[in-house]
Amino acid sequence: MRKKLLEVNNLKINFKTYAGIVQAVRGVNFDLYEGETLAIVGESGSGKSVTSNAIMKLIPQPPGIYAEGQILFDGKDIVPLTEKEMSKVRGNDIAMIFQDPMTALNPTMRVGKQITEVILKHKKVSSADAKARALKLLELVGIPMPEKRFRQYPHEFSGGMRQRVVIAIALAADPKLLIADEPTTALDVTIQAQILELMKDIQKKRNTSIIFITHDLGVVANVADRVAVMYAGQIVEYGTVNDIFYNPKHPYTWGLLGSMPDLKNDVKEALRTIPGSPPDLTQPPKGDAFAPRNEFALAIDYEMEPPMFQVSDTHFAKTWLLHPDAPKVEVPESISRRIEGYLKEAHENG
Amino acid sequence: MAKKLLEVKNLKQYFGASNNPIKAVDGISFDIYEGETLGLVGESGCGKSTTGRSIIRLYDITDGEILFNGKNIHASKSRKEMKAFNRDMQMIFQDPYASLNPRMTAGEIISEGFDIHGLYKDKKERQERIAELLEAVGLNREHANRYAHEFSGGQRQRIGIARALSLNPSFIIADEPISALDVSIQAQVVNLLKKLQKERNLTYLFIAHDLSMVKYISDRIAVMYRGKVVELGTSDEIYHHPIHPYTKSLLSAVPLPDPLTERIRQRIPYVHEESDNTATLHEVKPGHFVYGTESQITKWNK
Repeated sequence: MRKKLLEVNNLKINFKTYAGIVQAVRGVNFDLYEGETLAIVGESGSGKSVTSNAIMKLIPQPPGIYAEGQILFDGKDIVPLTEKEMSKVRGNDIAMIFQDPMTALNPTMRVGKQITEVILKHKKVSSADAKARALKLLELVGIPMPEKRFRQYPHEFSGGMRQRVVIAIALAADPKLLIADEPTTALDVTIQAQILELMKDIQKKRNTSIIFITHDLGVVANVADRVAVMYAGQIVEYGTVNDIFYNPKHPYTWGLLGSMPDLKNDVKEALRTIPGSPPDLTQPPKGDAFAPRNEFALAIDYEMEPPMFQVSDTHFAKTWLLHPDAPKVEVPESISRRIEGYLKEAHENG
Repeated sequence: MAKKLLEVKNLKQYFGASNNPIKAVDGISFDIYEGETLGLVGESGCGKSTTGRSIIRLYDITDGEILFNGKNIHASKSRKEMKAFNRDMQMIFQDPYASLNPRMTAGEIISEGFDIHGLYKDKKERQERIAELLEAVGLNREHANRYAHEFSGGQRQRIGIARALSLNPSFIIADEPISALDVSIQAQVVNLLKKLQKERNLTYLFIAHDLSMVKYISDRIAVMYRGKVVELGTSDEIYHHPIHPYTKSLLSAVPLPDPLTERIRQRIPYVHEESDNTATLHEVKPGHFVYGTESQITKWNK
């Protein structure tokens, strides 16, 4: 049995603004095992980045408020930790990779120093040892000529190489958990593919756990073991990557899948879209927050918030459609046809 | 056979010092037919946006010819001819935040072209035209008096589209119109562009790095690499039977929402092979062009 590294229980994060209190994260629950990748998907404003920043305790307080809930890392709640205690956890236990490698690096400092800085802060080693480790890290993340690159500045690196440096810095103190917030969104597809390969390779070598935040479902299918779909500050569907892609149950997940073109089957019909826009989280709607945009919404969706229904041992979805008394609603035809196509091809390929 | 609306012939766009120029676009040729969508894809820095900007005359081209409706658009012209050309060709930009003036209302943004071209001078007629454009892009007439910051990213991009449509153009260059938007909003905008194309018989040059959307929206695709078009063909042909190693590499890197395929994905790395000066575009199949030398084409085509 693998060890549970992270457990988030009923996490609620609010922000005080002039317009009122924004309930950005509204009761999020998930766990993460060693060596596992959890992808969190959702639109902008769904709370996926706030959730990941909350785990790093990077939510500025004020205006942010940890209103409720626990974040158990290795069994210990990190919500009550002071900033000083937390600075030991950051880097050492949990590290983060940001979206934009240009702004994540210090443009006035040589790349090598940016890596050794982290090593010297967290590990009791001499500066010569730190340099040796940094060179190893550069090699690990696939940067050619590490000796030369060590002495260069970020502007001398391409976008993909810079993101490799950011990953090397994140790995510098051997963290157990890596949080990657849209790490490949700013990169070209070919570079994206290389960075994804690199992250999976590192995970295999070091048994690192990864939380991967993205809005690209193709990337999710590539990296994730499990997937959490977020909408309006809540997880609305949660399961293994196969559960979510081959047996989606929540209409929002259907909407996300349907808005991607079906490349394999040369279908040219109009894309399914999710009408409208996400709700204002200063006053979250009564009932199911997705109801106004949901073509399958039931009367109860406007009255009562649905609980998490269990679909299987690994698969959960927060929609009244799964209630035994609900009318039977099947996955839209365009999506089920696509899934059948994928599964058939996988079957043929063995 | 559809009519050729745009012909690009040996277009070159160099920047910087003339003794050591940066060859952003280095001798490319293609045609765009009336009513079709040509997708232009490639990595950042390959020259795809420069191509679009050269076509709409945001740059003075270094060499080559661009014929629009049979007329050379870079030849010197009278002011009147220029205005007529400007009405016929419009652009939609990538960043819906930066491309709208924050000090103007949506109505003012959309109708700016009317002032320049002296159209709809009657106030009521003008209001009506603005309302009609807003409704065509899925907004409503009350939105005319709002400022850009009051709209979401997807709505802003709709305003950008309404502005591009305001002078009834026949050809629209869309430079990464959806890459700054959320997936579900991308689908809305792509559906809108397709609907407008059908209703108004528009021709699009769709520039993007996201191959999946390009494949979906385009009739034909041109793949660019280092300032050259390396492969050109119908989108199904390019997607299912790519020949140039760069196209193969690019396609092998696009992740699909299908975990079982992703688990066995093999990325094909691309190693650039310098072609000598005999390299040209070869028509390997009717309508399918590949750039290379004779021997390269034979080798790749195996």
